[in-house]
Amino acid sequence: MHALVAALDWHLLKERIFNPNHAFAQALIRTVVIAVLAQLFGVLLGLASALFQMSRWRVLRIISYFYVLVVRGTPLIVQIFFVYYGANLLLGFDLFPRAVNFGVISIDGVVVAGTVALAVNEGAFMSEIIRAGIGAIDRGQMEAAKSVGMSYGLAMRRIVLPQAARVIVPPLGNEFNGMIKNTSLLAFIGVYEIFLDAEQGYSVTFKPVEYFLAVSFWYLVLTTIWGLVQVQIERKLGASDRAEDEGWMQRFLGITAHAHQR
Amino acid sequence: MSSTDAPIVKAEEVEKYFGSNHCLRKVSLEVQRGEVVCVIGPSGSGKTTFLRCINHLERIDGGRIEVNGHLIGYRTKDDGTLCEDSERNIARQRTEIGFVFQRFNLWPHKTALENIIEAPIRVRKVAGAEAVAQGEALLARVGLAEKRDAYPGRLSGGQQQRVAIARALAMRPALMLFDEPTSALDPEMIGEVLEVMQELAKEGMTMVVVSHEMGFAREAADRIVMMDDGVVVEEAPPAEFFSSPREPRTQQFLSKIL
Repeated sequence: MHALVAALDWHLLKERIFNPNHAFAQALIRTVVIAVLAQLFGVLLGLASALFQMSRWRVLRIISYFYVLVVRGTPLIVQIFFVYYGANLLLGFDLFPRAVNFGVISIDGVVVAGTVALAVNEGAFMSEIIRAGIGAIDRGQMEAAKSVGMSYGLAMRRIVLPQAARVIVPPLGNEFNGMIKNTSLLAFIGVYEIFLDAEQGYSVTFKPVEYFLAVSFWYLVLTTIWGLVQVQIERKLGASDRAEDEGWMQRFLGITAHAHQR
Repeated sequence: MSSTDAPIVKAEEVEKYFGSNHCLRKVSLEVQRGEVVCVIGPSGSGKTTFLRCINHLERIDGGRIEVNGHLIGYRTKDDGTLCEDSERNIARQRTEIGFVFQRFNLWPHKTALENIIEAPIRVRKVAGAEAVAQGEALLARVGLAEKRDAYPGRLSGGQQQRVAIARALAMRPALMLFDEPTSALDPEMIGEVLEVMQELAKEGMTMVVVSHEMGFAREAADRIVMMDDGVVVEEAPPAEFFSSPREPRTQQFLSKIL
């Protein structure tokens, strides 16, 4: 025990946590941006897939079924490799060149590839969550909307989805928590996010414990901040039944208690 | 617009199947403008299904239904056959038809007022202030002016059903359909809902009411329609219907419930 404590480079650990260098700060921002964008597109993909699955057109239902089946049934890391290298090997060209230009900003192709892979993966999980969320809303809600002349789309947007959102947000919170940590897998295709930053630091210094403890701390910071944000979102969505409010601390703890399911 | 003496609802030989269950067998019914028709009958007789067919919440498998002179749910193709109408047209037709559900189906994430003004604003494109003024007037009319900002979860069943009636009225429908509007209510709340409906009937609203409330049927209805096993067994004005029912099945049903 004594030997272990003595071996820890406390100074390095403190530096990595309280005084990170510029490269780390950039990696941290990249991690957050990738996670947020991938989750956002994942939710949109999931919504489309869920609506496909409830469509009366068979083709759309089949597309959605196979999307969910394949993506949920294969490892994320394989999907990431596939998206980044697959196009080149299969189609003979780079789907994600070194730099992708979006108007004035230019982003590393590998970052785009990684974000796309995470979003496609997330979409399959969100599809099931959103489908279940919509399914949890009583059929009478849609019927009431139709009876006053609303179209299917309007009724979905104004009546069903806002209610489904209350069912969807807690598992979505878990998903985003997982997403923050899953960005670390992008290190394996060379996205310079905080895990790759830690790995490179350790490979130079041979001090893995300090680097990985510090990076764990930062993941914990991100997921904790998200937990607090999620509580606020849930409070807002629950405005119509305030009486059941448990107080934010209790809900926050309740959420974090099962936030590691993924 | 059709002339005022044409029936507002004209159902001809309507057929409906749920799988192999032949739920409606050639049901025909006409409702005149301003008339209040009560549909009664044992459960499973098809009366709720028939009501739901009138605004195309259920698709009919045969026959035809016209409301205000417009074919409901279907359009006539060039070759004379029928096919299901576009979603847009079906939605437009429904704006003419108010529907009150057994289980209210208020939108729980919206306040009483928001429930009422949602469709006028989103579907009819009524200006916000105007819709609010109209919504408040409707709430006052059903005796719930002070519940304007209450969410449905904070309202009693009777209050919820009254808001639901106001929500349907907000579209200024030409016809109101009631699907067992008091069946999900505690006994002490039935009266307040029936009162609102009676008021509505007095004001000349055309109503088709599926109900087990014989008191309401006797007092407010112009005509009683008895359904059993997917067919209309008998129809007559209430006085005649209750005092001297012709059909044995009607007699049998009335002897059980009166």
